[in-house]
Amino acid sequence: MTDYSLQFEQALLSLDRLSAKKLIRQAGTELTAMEIVDRMVVTALSRIGESWERGDAALSQIYMAGRICEELVDQLLPPGTTQRKDQPPMAIAVLDDFHLLGKRIVYSVLRSAGFELKDYGRVNVDELVDKVQADRIRILLISTLMLHSALHVREVVARLQPSGLDVKVVVGGAPFLFDDQLWLKVGADAMGHSAAEVTGIIATLMGGLA
Amino acid sequence: MKQEPMTSMQRVLTTLNHREPDRVPWFLLATMHGARELGLSIQDYFASGEHVAEGQLRLRAKYGHDCLYAFFYAPIEVEAWGAEVIYVPDGPPNSARPFIDDADTITSLTAPCVEKSPPLAKVLQAIALMKTRVGDECPIIGVVMSPFSLPVMQMGFGPYLDLLYQQPELFARLIQVNEDFCVAWANAQLAAGATAICYFDPVSSPTVIPASQYAATGLAIAQKTISRIKGPVATHFASGRSLPILAEVAESGTAAVGVSCLENLAEIKAACRGKLTVLGNLNGIEMRRWQPLEAEEKVRTAIAEAGSGGGYILSDNHGEIPWQVREETLLAIGEAVRRWGTYPLAPARCDGR
Repeated sequence: MTDYSLQFEQALLSLDRLSAKKLIRQAGTELTAMEIVDRMVVTALSRIGESWERGDAALSQIYMAGRICEELVDQLLPPGTTQRKDQPPMAIAVLDDFHLLGKRIVYSVLRSAGFELKDYGRVNVDELVDKVQADRIRILLISTLMLHSALHVREVVARLQPSGLDVKVVVGGAPFLFDDQLWLKVGADAMGHSAAEVTGIIATLMGGLA
Repeated sequence: MKQEPMTSMQRVLTTLNHREPDRVPWFLLATMHGARELGLSIQDYFASGEHVAEGQLRLRAKYGHDCLYAFFYAPIEVEAWGAEVIYVPDGPPNSARPFIDDADTITSLTAPCVEKSPPLAKVLQAIALMKTRVGDECPIIGVVMSPFSLPVMQMGFGPYLDLLYQQPELFARLIQVNEDFCVAWANAQLAAGATAICYFDPVSSPTVIPASQYAATGLAIAQKTISRIKGPVATHFASGRSLPILAEVAESGTAAVGVSCLENLAEIKAACRGKLTVLGNLNGIEMRRWQPLEAEEKVRTAIAEAGSGGGYILSDNHGEIPWQVREETLLAIGEAVRRWGTYPLAPARCDGR
């Protein structure tokens, strides 16, 4: 079988939407839609994310790559299709500020990997807790850019605990990158250094859910 | 005969000339801590230029650093364009919903008049008051957002990246409007008494755009903009990486560069030596949990890596000390600068101290 993932990664890094689409089409002669997602899309996005962690790729490339992949995967696996992943209810939010880029990237990566998730946009602690309880969310991803917002995750965790919902909280964003102990301090279950890690984190957390 | 210590201005100018002053200069880039000194909430503190001037002067009296910082908060510029700013009790004021949401807005966009803008007038008042108090003894640092980075607050990060890569004509139009505003805003601060301008340009960092794109975007814009600013400029990447583009940054017309704790300070100093003064790179996020001994060790290490030969100013790596950083930590940093930063620097010992 041809390994298209490196070519696909290069197309994404060059923001070459047409080549990326062509490679997906070619791979479709050998692979199922879900195999394309797992072997090409997730692999390429993970490598680009890892490059960003090393300082070898830029945020703009991750963002644009995520957007391209999200569009391509929506064509391969339309929302709601039974081929998409069997998963617990999942949501993503930005806590307390209007810096939405990190959330947008993670949202794109997860949808590109075949997950469905609710996008709560920008919310405060009260709004977030209410939405999670109403939707009976089991995996909650919280993105922050500002330190004070990151510290408010602790309040979200504390407010969700008595609800009886076993909600796993995953955090990401600049404050957590610059202080590798912060995610523990706020009571999160996991922290993503980049969007590259998020699919692996979700898989691990899904294994631990009751 | 014991020499008189240099003034902060002499110390900073000497290091900017890549010579060793009496000790390593220290820029405490604290914006919100002045509110604590005055017993005010962050929102009340930033309501008045008088508050900020007084806050900055009290901070310097307490910590003994080498600048006054006229930076209020990042979104003050978009506030001047009519955007809303959200205040929180435990962090910097934040920009609310972006005000550019379609192409038509960019096409018809005009910059605010600096002189007629109430938020910007507060900053100019603060600078003028500080200048009255310190004269030429201490540098006063004014701040602008680069024309290339301001759109993140004007239209949101994702839509801005879409514009950058997909609509070059509208991108150019937005940058031109921003450039004229940036120059006017920088020169107004210099006229009010600022000594130098800190040009915040995080989007130019290789953390955000590929280093290969810097020459055609952030650098080209910086060269045009900085050449029109009538005073010295320091470029700051606000925690973003810069090592891969430092040679080009040196061609932008800037005199100094604010660098990230994500990169090796010794490597940065080697790349900048004789060309750019290095500003940084203490980790402000971690700083909130540093004990005094740890703070001293961080300062000692930074000075050992970057202090020799001048061309170095100790600072945090973001250009804004978090509200959660404690007074005792800042006092420990100041003490450590005086202990470990006095020239000639002590040679590194084999135990690392």
